[in-house]
Amino acid sequence: MKTIRLKKLVGAFAEDKDKARDIRIKTITPLVKKKKEITLDFLGVEGTTQSFIHALISETIRDKGPEALDLIFFRNCNENVKNVINIVVEYMQA
Amino acid sequence: MKIHLPNSAFLGNIDPFLKSFNASSPNILKITANDKWISIHPVVLAMVASLGLALKPKNIECQHLEARSKHYLKRMGLFDMLSIASDIQITEHEPAGRFIPLTQITDSSKLTDFITEMVPLLHLEPNQVEPIRYIISELTRNVFEHAYSKTGAILCAQYYKKSNSIKIGIVDRGVGIKQTISESHRVNGDLDALRLALTPGITGKTQRIGGTDYNAGAGLFFIKSIAEVNKDFFMIYSGKAMYKLLKEDSKKRIILKANPFKDKHSSREDLPYWQGTVVGVDMKLDNTTEFSTLLKAVREIYSRSIKERREEHYKKAQFI
Repeated sequence: MKTIRLKKLVGAFAEDKDKARDIRIKTITPLVKKKKEITLDFLGVEGTTQSFIHALISETIRDKGPEALDLIFFRNCNENVKNVINIVVEYMQA
Repeated sequence: MKIHLPNSAFLGNIDPFLKSFNASSPNILKITANDKWISIHPVVLAMVASLGLALKPKNIECQHLEARSKHYLKRMGLFDMLSIASDIQITEHEPAGRFIPLTQITDSSKLTDFITEMVPLLHLEPNQVEPIRYIISELTRNVFEHAYSKTGAILCAQYYKKSNSIKIGIVDRGVGIKQTISESHRVNGDLDALRLALTPGITGKTQRIGGTDYNAGAGLFFIKSIAEVNKDFFMIYSGKAMYKLLKEDSKKRIILKANPFKDKHSSREDLPYWQGTVVGVDMKLDNTTEFSTLLKAVREIYSRSIKERREEHYKKAQFI
């Protein structure tokens, strides 16, 4: 399983949605297309924005359907990060 | 253009200031001020700075300021940002814990740097910093994404020790909310555009509910919700319209609503035309609701709002 350590890529406050989109296009979507599992590791990420998480995962969920979430795992998320991820995951399936 | 800095202009009483702004003769700017005392919200300073930034310094005329509080304008960096002379002398203080001076942010990497540098300046607890950087990031990225503003975003903030609160202003001189929303939605005027922009799931980038891969149409709704849950002011002004979220009774339980006009608010569509968008937010820090609690409240209303318009299956995220 591929693991992406986000702190190294986007810093302690994950808000740069351009970087989020790059990560999705270059790594998340290709792996999900191949039905391979991926872990997004938020270790060291103190906070994030809805825009960042949206740019990171929304199009993969829209494109591949909710089944994409069977292949994407979120690790080391604090409460705030979990809440933002849940907001995006929920509205993408609403 | 003429802009007058009054004795007092904060979000609660900002209407007369906005009403007095004169947008005619856009190639010159005359700045006048109350001659006794000037006490203004950072959003007012950001508005003045953004007007002046589009002009050459020789086309900006600032009256000789008499007010005893005039040094505040200097300390916040107004004259430096506009490259105009001022005879105001100040003793420079370390800004840590007190204010974020006027700052122009024109691209994504500058924003990331600014957010990183800003946090230590404020000397706040982590739970207090979180909503502040959230607001600044989302509002500034809105400017990059939607406003097409030649001067980027102009922002500043001030901490008020007495009320233990922070007030933030973010302003641009871009295309404005009406033009942005009109790209994908039918809009009946500036105020209707503000209503749509504050409604969850609506973005100018697409008619599709839930937005594009890059934009969900959630940013302004989140920020209004942060102010609402904390029972603070939030104000947005674009074109001729202004929407202001008013403070709720401190004992009243807040229920977030998708329609901003169902919140306790004031609005008007008779103001001088502002090319671009102005956003002001207040935040009391001693009663800042835990950000995670706030996000849970937003999550509930956001999903319900979208669910009302779409119907599909649900799966939960897998946290490991």
